[in-house]
Amino acid sequence: MYKNLVLVFFVSLLLVRCGGSDDDSSNNGEVKPVAYDRGKMLVHWADKIIIPAHNAFKLTLTDLDTSTKTFVASPDQSNLDDLRSKWLLSYKSWQHIEMFDIGKSEEIYFKSKMNVYPIDKTWLDNNIEKGTYDLENANNYSSQGFPAIDYMLYGIGADDTAILNKYNANNSFTNYLTDLVNKMVSTTDLVINDWTNYRATFVGSTDNTASSSVNKLTNDFIYYYEKGLRANKVGIPAGVFSGAPLKGNVEAFYKKDVSKDLLLEAMDASIKFFNGTSYDGISSGPSLKSYLTHLNSTKGGATLSSLVATKLETAKSQINSLSNDFVIQIETDNNKMLTAYDAIQAVVVLLKVDMLQAFNINVDYTDADGD
Amino acid sequence: MINSIYLNKKSSSAPLAVFRIGFGLLMCYSIIRFWLKGWIETLYIQPSFHFSYYGFDWVKPLDNYTYILFFICGFSAFLVAIGLKYRLSIFLFFLSFTYIELMDKTTYLNHYYFISILSFLMLFIPANATFSIDNLIKGKDYKKVSSWTIDSLKLLLSIVYIFSGLAKLNSDWLLKAMPLKIWLPSKFDLPLIGQNLMQLEWVHYAMSWGGMFYDLLIPFLLLNKRTRLFGFVLVVFFHIFTRVLFPIGMFPYIMIMGSLIFFDSKFHIKTLKFINKIIPPFSSIKKIFNKGKFTVIEIYNIKKEKLIVCIVSLFFIVQFLFPLRYLLYPGELFWNEEGYRFSWRVMLMEKKGYSVFKIVDQKKGTFFYVNNEDFLTPFQEKQMSFQPDFILEYAHHLGDSYTALGHQNVQVFVDSYVALNGRLSQRYIDEKVDLYQVKESFKHKNWILPLNDEIKGL
Repeated sequence: MYKNLVLVFFVSLLLVRCGGSDDDSSNNGEVKPVAYDRGKMLVHWADKIIIPAHNAFKLTLTDLDTSTKTFVASPDQSNLDDLRSKWLLSYKSWQHIEMFDIGKSEEIYFKSKMNVYPIDKTWLDNNIEKGTYDLENANNYSSQGFPAIDYMLYGIGADDTAILNKYNANNSFTNYLTDLVNKMVSTTDLVINDWTNYRATFVGSTDNTASSSVNKLTNDFIYYYEKGLRANKVGIPAGVFSGAPLKGNVEAFYKKDVSKDLLLEAMDASIKFFNGTSYDGISSGPSLKSYLTHLNSTKGGATLSSLVATKLETAKSQINSLSNDFVIQIETDNNKMLTAYDAIQAVVVLLKVDMLQAFNINVDYTDADGD
Repeated sequence: MINSIYLNKKSSSAPLAVFRIGFGLLMCYSIIRFWLKGWIETLYIQPSFHFSYYGFDWVKPLDNYTYILFFICGFSAFLVAIGLKYRLSIFLFFLSFTYIELMDKTTYLNHYYFISILSFLMLFIPANATFSIDNLIKGKDYKKVSSWTIDSLKLLLSIVYIFSGLAKLNSDWLLKAMPLKIWLPSKFDLPLIGQNLMQLEWVHYAMSWGGMFYDLLIPFLLLNKRTRLFGFVLVVFFHIFTRVLFPIGMFPYIMIMGSLIFFDSKFHIKTLKFINKIIPPFSSIKKIFNKGKFTVIEIYNIKKEKLIVCIVSLFFIVQFLFPLRYLLYPGELFWNEEGYRFSWRVMLMEKKGYSVFKIVDQKKGTFFYVNNEDFLTPFQEKQMSFQPDFILEYAHHLGDSYTALGHQNVQVFVDSYVALNGRLSQRYIDEKVDLYQVKESFKHKNWILPLNDEIKGL
């Protein structure tokens, strides 16, 4: 009997080795796979959503760059108007990529360099005055990107004449503006160039671990929706986390009347990502929604996927009823902001609790045993 | 009479020695593993707040001294393994291990609780009667011990299995194959079985029912001589398989090692001989100590055995009753979790929550929501989100913290949503109850909203 026991031990050790090993021999196509094809989903995400969205953003940024050069060469009203319109187009386009905080973007703090608001006005003014600054430094995250340009184009003077006067009178303003745009272009180039190589890694990482692409991007998406969209764009300005409204914290504070448009863009981007709609809006493919539907079909229960889609649309229509200018909205009727917040929040619960439960993905990366 | 005949029964001391060595080494390794993974830092030192068990809020991590605590725990486990100052070592192990587990209930695991009570039981068992350094020092080796000491270990293991089997007798587990229907398909990245077997519904049902039968029957298979080897093969297969599927750490190895106690003394004597052969220094140590005065004594007499038997009996009565305390509470156990812990409900449900807290100034009516990240680690937040006692304790911590920050007339409300076993999430806690005014107790928590469904069964 003793020998038998020893045998059992060795066989079981062998089992562990098999179970723990990484060589995957199951893709020989002999057994028809019934698991959701996460690989296909990743390909769709990369080729139809993420990379096209980045490329489209790059085009708007190039336009912004060109207009900046023209404006810097001759700071007049028409060039200012042109630059402002290019800034807004690019800012809207940015809403479609902020959620993809993965790979190079994550590594170089892309979103922190592009869209931290409110700006640190004192710090930024000081940068302009000194003329020397390191935009790589985390202290400067709130003095660069779209919010900083917002300030440079709308906030440095009481009216357009005053603003133009600053650029005409002093090189330091044109210099800072140029540096800001250059930094945005070079940072974006780093991210886009990296996707050429990173795509293969991204698409190939289909397993269910904290560092795999699906899990990471799903968490990124939820994090973005909860923090970048819900909290930053609506909750914080409406005073949800502070007791009193903080209207200085709205997105595009100096331009003012576009905070709703930017939020709507972000909402659209979220809805498209969840539904698997391609960036150009023409086609659709595997998505969190269809993944959920797939899992629900085996579970035979409520259709969570359509519930999320419906609640996203509800949130969008709540946002639509707000004023274009969130500062005005907060001043006149902050309750409407809070109602919109609640509608956005309702989706957070479904994403974080129900969807992650269905996928069996953990929100956190804390490594500990279970039982 | 039968009682005293049973209590006087003696059997070989070898099984206790094998058990002691296996237990000590696994525990020592567990502590080292825990340490090397950096969990002492991330679970006990970094968090600014710790969740306490009711009545044990005086047990807290000891900053950097926590490392010393773990060292004591691991070192005493090693001493248990080699059988040096066994009684003191197992006592130190029990104390330090239990202290560690009481420091923060975020990390609660059934098998940690198992180790705590097992080490308590081992306090009363002469596991150093043979094959220990204590023998060499005293120059005495004991061939036999009271049979009840070995049987008590078997009984404890059986309790764990049977209660975890009984817990599976519910409609979610058996009729819906939940939560395996969620867990198994997410193991699509397993080689060979991930893309096919793990996705099939009948497999989810088969594994649910199989797990239930396994838990309920395995003690009997192990007790019966004719089915023992088969039972053990099942034990090994089952635990290795769950190890492959789930991140359950050391638990499978502990259970596999523990099941060896069911084998007869011949097996254990052979194992000890084998160990003697593969560790040559051990025999040489034996020779050093062995200068002529090594005597083999037939029977190990436990001092105050009657008292010890009483204590151990009391221990088992508690072990039988404690998992049943949930019967005293109204409502759904899985939802309310009143009497859920310490009851061998192992990998039984999939529950996820989302809880955000609202701090209200009662007089002014102003409010704001708390960012949980400011107070909790992601792991703590995850555990807090779906367990009522965590939610209450955290609400009090928030109330105290904001009051200390100068806020006045503080009320604490929670917006909490929980999903259980694939059901759609629903509101979990009455959002109108000021949790800051609610006191923790063993009474039913009537501020938990009822589950909109029924789970039938035990």
